[in-house]
Amino acid sequence: MYAITIDSVTQEYADLRTLLAVASAPKSGDELAGIGARSARERAVAQLCLAEVPLAAFLEDLVISYEDDAVTRLIVDTLDREAFKPVAGLTVGGFRDWLLSAEADGDALAALAPGLMPEMAAAVSKLMRVQDLIHVASKVRVVTQFRTTVGLPGTLAARLQPNHPTDDPAGIVASVFDGLMYGSGDACIGINPATDSTASAMRLMELLDRLRREYDIPTQSCVLTHVTNTIQAVERGAPVDLVFQSIGGTEGVNKSFGVTLEVLREGLEAGRSLKRGTVGDNVMYFETGQGSALSAGAHCGVDQQTLEARAYGLARRYEPFLLNSVVGFIGPEYLYDEKQIIRAGLEDHFCGKLLGVPMGMDVCYTNHAEADQDSMDTLLTLLGVAGCNFIMGVPGADDIMLNYQSTSFHDALYVRRQLGLSPAPEFAAWLERTGVFKDGQLKAPKHSLHIPDKERFRGLSS
Amino acid sequence: MKPDDLVAEDFWAGLRTWTDARIALGRAGVSQRTRDVLAFQLDHARARDAVHQQPDRRATFGDIEFLEVESRAPDRAVFLQRPDLGRLLARESEAMLAARAGNGFDVAFTVSAGLSSTAVERNFAPFWREFAPALEGLGLSAAPPCFAEQGRVALGDRVALALGARMAVVLIGERPGLSSPDSMGIYMTYGPKSDTTDEARNCISNIRPAGLGYAEAARTLCALMSEAFRRSVSGVDLKVDDALALAPGGEAGRLAGQARSPKQAR
Repeated sequence: MYAITIDSVTQEYADLRTLLAVASAPKSGDELAGIGARSARERAVAQLCLAEVPLAAFLEDLVISYEDDAVTRLIVDTLDREAFKPVAGLTVGGFRDWLLSAEADGDALAALAPGLMPEMAAAVSKLMRVQDLIHVASKVRVVTQFRTTVGLPGTLAARLQPNHPTDDPAGIVASVFDGLMYGSGDACIGINPATDSTASAMRLMELLDRLRREYDIPTQSCVLTHVTNTIQAVERGAPVDLVFQSIGGTEGVNKSFGVTLEVLREGLEAGRSLKRGTVGDNVMYFETGQGSALSAGAHCGVDQQTLEARAYGLARRYEPFLLNSVVGFIGPEYLYDEKQIIRAGLEDHFCGKLLGVPMGMDVCYTNHAEADQDSMDTLLTLLGVAGCNFIMGVPGADDIMLNYQSTSFHDALYVRRQLGLSPAPEFAAWLERTGVFKDGQLKAPKHSLHIPDKERFRGLSS
Repeated sequence: MKPDDLVAEDFWAGLRTWTDARIALGRAGVSQRTRDVLAFQLDHARARDAVHQQPDRRATFGDIEFLEVESRAPDRAVFLQRPDLGRLLARESEAMLAARAGNGFDVAFTVSAGLSSTAVERNFAPFWREFAPALEGLGLSAAPPCFAEQGRVALGDRVALALGARMAVVLIGERPGLSSPDSMGIYMTYGPKSDTTDEARNCISNIRPAGLGYAEAARTLCALMSEAFRRSVSGVDLKVDDALALAPGGEAGRLAGQARSPKQAR
């Protein structure tokens, strides 16, 4: 039981789960679930109450019980209580002050990460303003490696997303070239397949691998198919670089995605068994997003932002190369407008970084949300300042297969130029070598990359 | 300086014939050129209008008789944030339909703007003109189609229950993309209940001039309906290819595959 008295009225909260939901920034999804604050005052009062809760309370008062949920068990069983000690005596409010202090530098935060529960990160983020979320996240660098090194200070990577409505190899190759010519693809070249089967995924894996070897591109490919399809593809000898899966913050939502902790472990082992990384062996790629648990009817009464942080608590056990929230993708019933999407993107990025996850972001929206490209520019710029590991690179920001808008190859160039950021070093060197970049700037003369003809690349996947 | 000197063309512009993606846009500095930014905004405006404009009943139905019903979502903003309300019938509409139920119908059709009013305005009437004669041929009894402005797919179940119908068919505006603001989808459910979920539905999607044609969609829906009534089943247990193969003159496998990807599944 948690309580606070304001203006001689005492407000009580049965448990942390309830308190966290009421203290959360406005989200249409929490309203849909019937757990969010019903007024601005209710929210502000809950935030005052939450600020007084000792961090140590989170160790006892679990938002979803240990017995009922495999994600909770993973979070509790793998928590490093020694690493937690520096902040063990703080309240949530005190934790915010400490995070903003000079004492909490990059090293201190990296050392703390294994001792933090996702719920603690979510809680403190609810007391933070936008500048706090940006400032604290920017102190943390989470560096991962496969064929490129992503997350270094002074860098921003982009996932080249060359989706096509029918998985046409020529159409995909055309978008890949466009992205490479604009300096995207250092996070990975990652396709969302239109047809989700092992056989079609393998055709796309082979296509991307052929391209990568042909042009000697230091990057990794990924076909974002179900992890069990990828495990099968590994068994059948496909050239798998990264192993993808969508995940969420409860056992129930993961079940709805068709995955368990064991299946993810199998995916990790299958990916690592191929030893295809050249500079590191982070092989997993996860996508997440606020609202997925509610959408699957598996939110257990927990607010969507806390559940998102729990997804990161799950993810970090598999040492992912990349993780991004697909922040505005699910729709306005979870994040209604630009304000909600921007706030959620910054919360997700902050929580991920604090928990030691290599956070990227699909800065995006659908046409029935109250957002547009100006909203994307704002969030993109803020995330650039916050030290985000990677963003998406989609031709003209318009994904013609998934019917949503994200960030374009041009947008990645804009934010790099504006903030003085470079691509991942291995990829940056390749861009210079081929002449696509000169002295760190886009050049792309005619002789930089030889463009294959259409028939050849149609043939590649057959 | 001439305007042409300010922007750079891409030498790989020829690749544009390979895909509809917005590739080889060229650049102004490292940013998109004016014409591409404005073209994108126009496409976005079309998609936004499809979501937010009130559907024109006359354009949607022409001289086709229909019944107006309401969901429990009073306006667009509530509809977008509370899909649960868009799945329920307003009590007055429920009573109005119950009064018309008589001995019940075989099938109840519900038309909804869903997420694109443009989709039903452009596609419902021409589809219906192809479909109505075929429906007659099936020998099924049907109430006039019901129109709901703020309806989700599951509203069709409530309409069918109120009318005492054995099957619900919903024709609805799909989530608009920049290149497809006008896509209509059809969802068919045999034996709808108040708690029916998506695996009990068959879907025909992307019905529009640049997508699946009206005749093809009508033929597919007839085949699915007739097979659903024959076997008393719909959804995952009823495959569209099997239904088409069994239909007179049917030929399997011509429908575009239902796209599924991890991002969509989420």
